[in-house]
Order: sequence, then C-alpha cells, then structure tokens
Amino acid sequence: MSKKGKTLFVPDAPFRPGDKPDFSNLNLPEAGSSDKPEISVDPSEIRDLAFGLVRVLDDDHKAVGSWDPNLKPSVLKEGLRHMTLLRIFDDRMLTMQRQGKLSFYMKSLGEEAVAIAQGMALRSDDILFPSYRQPGLQFVRGRNLVDMICHCITNSKDNVKGRQMPVHYSWKEGNLVSISSPVGTQFPQAVGCAMASAYKGEDNVSISWLGDGTAAEGDFHYALNFASVYKAPVILNVVNNQWAISTHRNFSSGEATFASRGIAYDMPSIRVDGNDFLALYSVTNWAAERARKGEGATFIEVFTYRAEAHSTSDDPTRYRPKDEWKSWPLGDPLERLKLHLIELGEWSKTDQNKLEKELDELVIKSYKEAEKYGTLNEGPWASEETLFEDVYKKPPRHLRKQRQELGI
Amino acid sequence: MAQMNMIQAVNSALDIILEKDSNVCIFGEDVGYFGGVFRCTDGLQSKYGKHRVFDSPLAEGGIVSTAIGMGINGLRPVAEIQFADYIFPAFDQITNELAKLRYRSGGEYSAPVTIRTPSGGGIRGGHYHSQSPEAYFTHTPGLKVVIPSNPHDTKGLLISAIEDDDPVIFFEPKRLYNGPFDGDHKKAALKWDTHPKGEVPEEYYSIPLGKASIEREGSQLTVLCYGTMVHVAREAVKLSGIDAEIIDLRSLVPLDIDAITKSIEKTGRCVIVHEAPKTSGFGGELSAQIQESCFYHLEAPITRVTGWDTPFPHSLEWYYFPSQERVIEAMKKTMES
Repeated sequence: MSKKGKTLFVPDAPFRPGDKPDFSNLNLPEAGSSDKPEISVDPSEIRDLAFGLVRVLDDDHKAVGSWDPNLKPSVLKEGLRHMTLLRIFDDRMLTMQRQGKLSFYMKSLGEEAVAIAQGMALRSDDILFPSYRQPGLQFVRGRNLVDMICHCITNSKDNVKGRQMPVHYSWKEGNLVSISSPVGTQFPQAVGCAMASAYKGEDNVSISWLGDGTAAEGDFHYALNFASVYKAPVILNVVNNQWAISTHRNFSSGEATFASRGIAYDMPSIRVDGNDFLALYSVTNWAAERARKGEGATFIEVFTYRAEAHSTSDDPTRYRPKDEWKSWPLGDPLERLKLHLIELGEWSKTDQNKLEKELDELVIKSYKEAEKYGTLNEGPWASEETLFEDVYKKPPRHLRKQRQELGI
Repeated sequence: MAQMNMIQAVNSALDIILEKDSNVCIFGEDVGYFGGVFRCTDGLQSKYGKHRVFDSPLAEGGIVSTAIGMGINGLRPVAEIQFADYIFPAFDQITNELAKLRYRSGGEYSAPVTIRTPSGGGIRGGHYHSQSPEAYFTHTPGLKVVIPSNPHDTKGLLISAIEDDDPVIFFEPKRLYNGPFDGDHKKAALKWDTHPKGEVPEEYYSIPLGKASIEREGSQLTVLCYGTMVHVAREAVKLSGIDAEIIDLRSLVPLDIDAITKSIEKTGRCVIVHEAPKTSGFGGELSAQIQESCFYHLEAPITRVTGWDTPFPHSLEWYYFPSQERVIEAMKKTMES
C-alpha cells in the first residue's frame, strides 16, 4: 500500500489552559425566535428545533415567545429557592469533603436549572432515571435534606446502607431510581420503564439524563431506537455541558448538534438553553404532555456548561482555561432566573440575601442532625450483617456460611 | 536504576515502547491531553504526537472494537479502560471477538491488543471502582491475563504484554499505584520510594508472561496470591510466625503451574488469597489444578481467602477486603489440619 503522507485525524478541545476562550462562533438564536409546535406535530416538520436553541429569557431578563410557560411568580420563586438551596448544599458538601467527611462529591454548579426546572415540569408519579448530576430532583420532590446528607456521609442512616459512593442516591418514595456509576446505563432502562407504563395503560412518563460524553456509549443508541420503535412515553435528555472529565464534547460527536441525532430516530428532537429555567420547564412540559397523550418519546439536548470539576477527584485546570465558565455566553442559570423575578417586580437582592441566609442555616442544621447518625470515618455505619443482605432476596446457604465465617 | 511508583513504571514502559515501535498507539478515555485520571500516560501525547496517544469517546465497546480493527491492520494498540468496573460494555468485543479472532480465522487474522485497566479495592471506591473481574477473562480462551504487584514487575510485564502477539488484559491494582499496601488501612500510607521493588531500570527490559515470582521462600506452607494481596500475605506471614512460601503469580494465563507444584511438593500445604469473590474466582481454578498436579503431596485441604460473594461495599469495605487476620487464620487452620 502506498503512503499518503498524512496521519490519523484526532480532534482537540477549542481552548486549553492559557488560551482565552471565545464562544462567539456558537449559534445562539435570539430568545423567543423558535415557535412552539402542537404536541401532535409530525416530527419531520420540526427538524429545525434540533439545530436551533429554544430560549425564553432574553438579555433584558424578560420572558418572550411562544415557549414562555407563563408560570406564576410563586412557581418561579419555588424554582429559585431549589436552585439556591442546591448551590448552598453543594458548597457545604464540598467543604465537608475537603475535611474528609465525605469520600467523594460532585457539584451541579452552572447546571442547577436542569434537574430543577425539568423536575418541576413533571408529575410526582413520573419516574426519574438521573445521572449523578441531577440531585436537584430530590429538592423538587421534597426529600428530607437530612436523609440526603446521611447518604453522602455514608452513615448508619444512609438508606442505601453504605453500599454506594456519595451522590449515588436512590429514593423510591420520590420515584427516583438508584444511580449507577457506569455511565448511560439508565437511559435504555428509562425506556423500558416507560414501555411498562404503556403496557399497563398508565399515563405516567419516564425521564432520563446523561451527559455529552456518555452519548458515545452504546446504551445511548439502544435507548433512542427502542423509544422510537415502541413510541415509549419517555423523555430522553443529553445534558451537553461541554466536558466529560477532560474529554471535550468534540470527542463524543462531530460538528452536528446532539439533538440532531434524534431526527434519524424519527422523534421530536429539541435543543434547549440549559441555563434558561423557563425554556427548560416549557420544553419538558411539552414533551411530558406528548408522552402522556401517547405521541411517544422526545429527545432533548440541554445545552449548558459544567462550571465545576467533574468530581472532587478531578483537576480541570490541567485541561481547560481556568475561567472558561465566565466566558460562557449563556450565563449563570440561577442569576438569570433571579434577575427575571426582579424584572417582574417579584423579588429583590434583599429577598435573595435573606433566602440564602435561611437556606444556609437549614443546610448547616441538617448537616449537624445527619452527623448524629455517624460519619464515614468514625461510623456508625449500616450494621455489618447488611454486607450480606440484598445480594439476593433471601441469602442462600453459601452467603449465610460466609457471614458466619466473618463472625457476625 | 530509578525509584518509581507503579504509575511511573507504567508510564516508563509505554514511553519506551512508543519510542521503539511506531506501530504502537495508546488511546482511551482521558488518556491524551490530560494524561489519564491516574496520570499513567502523563506527558506522552506531547512527546509522541496527538495521533499516537489520544483521547477516545466514552465508549468502552468502541475502544476495544476499534483497537481490534487497528490490530488487524498492523498496529499494536494499547487501550485503557479507565476502571476495570467499566470494562463490561466491551465484554462482547473482548470475549467473542478479540479472544477468538486468531482461532476463528484459522490463524489468518489476529490483533495484538493490550488492554490496561486499574482494578481492585482499598480506595473507598464502592462497587463501581473496586472490582477484580479477572476470572471473567481467565475463563475466556485466547486471552492472556496479567496482574503485577510492584513497579519493577509492572514495567517488565507491560512491555512483554504489548510485545506479545496475543491479546493481553493487564490489570493494575490501583491501591498499589502510589505505594505498597498490606491491608492495614489505619496505618499511614506507604510509598514505593524506599521499597526494593520500587527500583526500576530506566531502560528497556521485559519479564516473560507466565513466570511466577517467589516473593518469600518458606518451607511450611505455600501462599498463592497476586496484586495487592501479595503485600497483605507478606505481612500476614510475618505476623503469623509460620515459615510460609509466598508465590506472586503475576500472570494467571498463562499460569506458572511448575512453580506452584514445586512449592507445594515442598510444603504440602496451600492457602490461596484473592480480592475477587469466592464463587468461580480464580482460586477455584488454582485449587483444581493443584489437586491435579500434586494431590499426593498435600497434607491438608487447600484453603481460600477471598472477597465475599457480595458486591464490593463502600462503608463496610474493610469487612470485605481480605485482611491480614483472615489470611493468618487460614494459614493456622491449614497448619493444624
């Protein structure tokens, strides 16, 4: 074979440490510029939504266009409260991780709107299959903070009995299915769960999230295909936050948008501003309504930016510009919702300060309460015999024997 | 000679092989620009170029399958699976494709792929960052399976694995990356900088696959182990006062059954230690092979000390991880019977 004199193409991230990030080439349509279709729309008629960006909040913090969900101020305030709580909760957990109280932690900074707006757009009997970066769903559904912290510090009251690393929540009462570390596995499971709802004639929907990096896994494609074939009542979200640890989204997909992949599976595919609470709420609500009416699955690309490290085991200054998030043209989701409420005359900086103080106290109080049930380093943990429980419904003989060998 | 930890030993082996053979390329999740989440490929992309050490999409099945294709077309790829717990999306490509390619093509095709992957527990990683899945692969004809226990062996074995024309799964016990670990988690973490096996030649050398290492000579009992358990066994033997011979298997397939037989013919007693669960763990295979090769030399039943038949827990990690105490107890029991 003769030589061409070239070699393998390998992509790169657009900006590396030391570079000045410049996102001026991103295609960011004006807020309000895309039309909201009827839920019975033929997917082939709305393919442009997979290449555009649904935005509701404009640069003056006003809600504009047909995707405006026209939410009451009380709902907006509830969203702001959850997002503020998540940010404070994350900061506190990170501090405690640095002090050795948690073995590991992952923050949602810059992505708070994702789980919270989307979670609020659903019914409480809709079934959640999150990745590890949607803890905010639990605030929306009213989970006790102390219980969440008991899981994170892996103590005797951790409802998953100390079997998982922190942030791998499970909460059956809130219809939140146990989170797994292997990425993307939840995506096709959510489709199966939705297929079961259809099978049983129930009108609840299933929803799942994974990241841009994970959209390269086979599970991603299984999910889209099954969802399309069976018109499953499911909402499938790829949270494109640009980074999968050090892997830029350029390694997960070529130039095309993630949303455009859904077109090939013949389902409505919408790209939405992930830092816009109203746009996220509206698109998710539209998708849920479609699913409930038997119109099938919707695929959503949530366009955002991972402002923090992947996890406490990561150091992003090694692979991206330190202040890249500051240059992100779609801003801070919490700040944008707050400014919208202020623009409506429903909120003020004083209100926000008061709220932050109240929530900070709540988190500290909850943390202190949780610590009464133990910590990872000091114990107490779930009791020793739990090691052998839940492997099977009833421990078979060989496990009972091993338990005796351990002397418990 | 230089003093290296296991991460540096991996890096040194890769560096030498990249220099020596232009058909070697390295890829996997986060291995390129960033240099790997454990830093094993640090500096290699800038030294050898983006097309030789590169990041991949997050798709383990994609990583292994494309490595097979590269191997078919003359390259010698070294793929990294970020944690052994994440190898399973690639299971079909490894067990049905990579392992069987030479056989099913009547020897026409093969793919000299090396898959490096950190395995094992002791880092508070819970069940998705702690597993020891070696037995799935030792059960698959066509694969070689290697697990080093120190920096010196890591470099020599990794070079052999990459140069081998058969596919090799190379497990790196992540708890040993930065220092030896004898199972006592309350003790301050040790480093490789004063350990004799942390002395690593800077130049090329190789250690043949399928050769065990006698970690400690002894006369009363043979302890068979690999990876992190070599260090746990060493401390346990020291504390027990039993004059045990410790064999670090280093390679499970091919297995150095001659070294094992020779030792047991001398001692007549055997304890097998591994982190992986007991049922269908590699200890079962070892036990069967021993009774086939030297049953009449055995003076006591073979005993296994292993992880329990449960997933690897998070908070109760030290109740799961085979401890020095459990190894000592097993040795005593074997001595008494």
